[in-house]
Amino acid sequence: MSESTPTSQPVSSTLKALADKLLKLDDLLISCMRCGFCLAVCPVYGATMKEPDATRGKIALLEFLSRHMINDPEAVNDKLTRCLLCGSCQAVCPSGVKIMDIFLHARSIVREYLGLSATEKLIFRSLLGRPKLFNALLGLSAKFQGLFLREADSALGTSKAPMLSSFIGERHFPRLADRSFQSKVPSLDEPAGSSGLRVAFFPGCVSDKLFPDVADATLKVFRKHGVGVFMPAGLACCGIPALSGGDMAAYHAMVGQNLALLGGASFDRLVTPCGTCAATIKEFWPKLADGYTEKDKALVRDLHAKTTDITAFLSDVLRVDLPAASGGKTRVTYHDSCHLRKSLGIFAQPRSILKSLPGHEYVEMAEAERCCGSGGSFTLKHYDLSKQIGKRKRDNIVAVKPDIVAAACPACMMQLMDMHSQHGDRVKVRHVVELYADAL
Amino acid sequence: MPINPTLVKEFESITGKEQVLTEPADLQCYSYDAAVLSPVMPALVVAPTTQEQLCKVVKLAYDNGLPITVRGSGTNLSGSTIPQGDGMVILTNRLNKILEINEEDLYAVAEPGVVTAQFAAAVTAKGLFYPPDPGSQSVSTLGGNVAHNAGGLRGLKYGVTKDYIMGMEVVDYRGELIKTGSRTVKYVTGYNMAALMSASEGTLGVFSNIIIKLVPPPKASKAMLAEFDDVNKASEAVAGIISGHIVPCTLEFLDQNCIRYVEADTKAGLPVDAAAILLIEVDGGHPLLVEEDADKVMAVCRKCGSTNIRIAQNAEEKFKIWEARRGALPSLARARPTTVLEDATVPRSQIPAMVAAVNAIAKKYSLDVGTFGHAGDGNLHPTILCDRRNKEEFARVEAAVDEIFDVALQLKGTLSGEHGIGKAKAKWMEKETNRATIEFNRNLRRALDPKLLFNAGNKFV
Repeated sequence: MSESTPTSQPVSSTLKALADKLLKLDDLLISCMRCGFCLAVCPVYGATMKEPDATRGKIALLEFLSRHMINDPEAVNDKLTRCLLCGSCQAVCPSGVKIMDIFLHARSIVREYLGLSATEKLIFRSLLGRPKLFNALLGLSAKFQGLFLREADSALGTSKAPMLSSFIGERHFPRLADRSFQSKVPSLDEPAGSSGLRVAFFPGCVSDKLFPDVADATLKVFRKHGVGVFMPAGLACCGIPALSGGDMAAYHAMVGQNLALLGGASFDRLVTPCGTCAATIKEFWPKLADGYTEKDKALVRDLHAKTTDITAFLSDVLRVDLPAASGGKTRVTYHDSCHLRKSLGIFAQPRSILKSLPGHEYVEMAEAERCCGSGGSFTLKHYDLSKQIGKRKRDNIVAVKPDIVAAACPACMMQLMDMHSQHGDRVKVRHVVELYADAL
Repeated sequence: MPINPTLVKEFESITGKEQVLTEPADLQCYSYDAAVLSPVMPALVVAPTTQEQLCKVVKLAYDNGLPITVRGSGTNLSGSTIPQGDGMVILTNRLNKILEINEEDLYAVAEPGVVTAQFAAAVTAKGLFYPPDPGSQSVSTLGGNVAHNAGGLRGLKYGVTKDYIMGMEVVDYRGELIKTGSRTVKYVTGYNMAALMSASEGTLGVFSNIIIKLVPPPKASKAMLAEFDDVNKASEAVAGIISGHIVPCTLEFLDQNCIRYVEADTKAGLPVDAAAILLIEVDGGHPLLVEEDADKVMAVCRKCGSTNIRIAQNAEEKFKIWEARRGALPSLARARPTTVLEDATVPRSQIPAMVAAVNAIAKKYSLDVGTFGHAGDGNLHPTILCDRRNKEEFARVEAAVDEIFDVALQLKGTLSGEHGIGKAKAKWMEKETNRATIEFNRNLRRALDPKLLFNAGNKFV
């Protein structure tokens, strides 16, 4: 690949500008040696068996676009969105290609060129960055389930990405909680407890609005172990939906709002029951902080060190005693969230918690580490593909005949619930911390 | 070159629209493989999902004079799946069913698109063993392995892919299904065409299914790491082990450069002052026999001047010992943007000469090279680290590769032990053989592919 052959079509100046921006990723792109090891683990490729759906294909397309060997940014963007950002490829890449960095930057560059859809602007810029408005809308919708969302759909005025309607459309979705966690517990500011620890609690959007029981359970665990909780009112989304959608302005607005609320406070750890939020705060916030003030840069570095998910917090920070239980009757298996296992290396901790649950028998499923196909906005744009990937996960789950499948990421829980509901399986979907809190 | 739309429709009527790709963004993703060569975009990609579709697709393509490149996962290092610009790619990755695993007669039948590691796992689950383990096994397909006669770490004792092919069904240029070989241990009723198909690199026909020999798995194994302060001593140890009538299942070699790259990357605590290390594993049917073999191997290494030997006492230590070998390619690949992984192979006694020559060539062309490989097979992987965007540097790489081949041939070796010829090494074939050999192979090829549409530009040109 030492030589490139530009296509003969004339290249517009804006397309050239796009290519030039992508060329800045060249040092990252060049390290892909096309070995194809990513094909073995990519969940999207696993479903379609088509190279453009695999990481190697996407990296090649970005390189070709930057070198004018292909001049179709729309087509390349289409391919880029067919990715769960699960990080499975990066975890096995022998050349250490910084795949996540490439994809996030590339999405932003290509989306900047193509422009965001009206729906995406509405969601990224108005809803996720403005928790009060988001809560108010969802509060309304919880009272008038269905009715409101149809209105919201027509209000969005688009048939392309009716985000809210697809929540209740063909998806079997958990009913929106009557009251979100933060409407019950708007803020907390306690001193360190008997453990000597005070944590910042970041519930995350999905726990807050769809699974408030998960947030409640987390709080119960903090209480039980004498952990003081700091949770400022008005925490915004961690930013991952905007980041994966390529809307950097909205992403930075969300992070900025969170930094303003978390800065100045003192706490020992930032804890979240959401694997996705944990990975975003710990990994992406510091990586994308180039334009921040020195103060904010120091803060994201500090948060990088302090952020952990609830299972690692229990196991590694509180070091709770987790003796293996035996003779339990309730079969429980565990699905690895990509963000926990592949981004943060957290996989032993949730398992040791589950293995210690009295009355439960832990069973390991095949391919526990394989992505469930949720991937945030991926499931909205490519629901059929997401379902296909989810089906493989579902089949692996039911094969071990569990009563409960546990996860440590509410985004995965949404997907697992949908899959089991679609197939009429009698498998409960619970967060590890819920099961742990139940046993307290 | 855009393809005739009527013809596209005919392919679609065979496989369904979903399995036919014609958009440039899709086609571009089949323009490359793992070889460091320029990409070439095909005009069409078709992915049949049944044997019947495969036959019809081959016939339609051949009748219409379309150059055909067969592709599994596209992981080869020879460029043999880089298509022709006016040609098509037949994807076999959807022909991925294991049709039979026979535990009584020790064979399996599989379609060509089955992924090697998945096949090996399915066989293991039945209590049997499929030994070939090419480096790309997590993604490579059995069809690709046969087409390149893929090797791996277990070649010395267990052989390579060709040693496990009992028979095949192959689609010929007329789209007809040809049968060769048998499910029996013995078979003499036809030409041994399955052997001919091995390493044919897509030039003779399209594999439809493969009958694969299986063996019982070893019951015990022992892994060792031996350090040497001189490559010659390591090589003497290799010769000594084999002349002592011990055949390790793996006998791997890392030279000093390679050890240093791995250590810099992994901080695994490797001996960076050693001139070479050997990683040796013996296995067999009884733990006591394996212990005995391991003791003999260590004695030979000591006698040949090994400065330090470690033997793994448990699974964890064994995993640790193999860390250096697992890290070899990733550590080299991470050091520079482009990794040119070579494959020249020499009689095993010539390893010190080969390593010395590689290092001299690297010095002459001011290149970074690390060498690892299968010492028991004489199959070395001198790995050149560079940046393909730097034209001046890349020209030095190409010159160095040429010289490495020259030396390998002078030492009575071969251009490629397991990666294949493809486009990358086709121009060298005459140098390894002679004019008459090239013509003989061409004639053979023309008999099976009269229009020369099967992967022209590869192997013999």
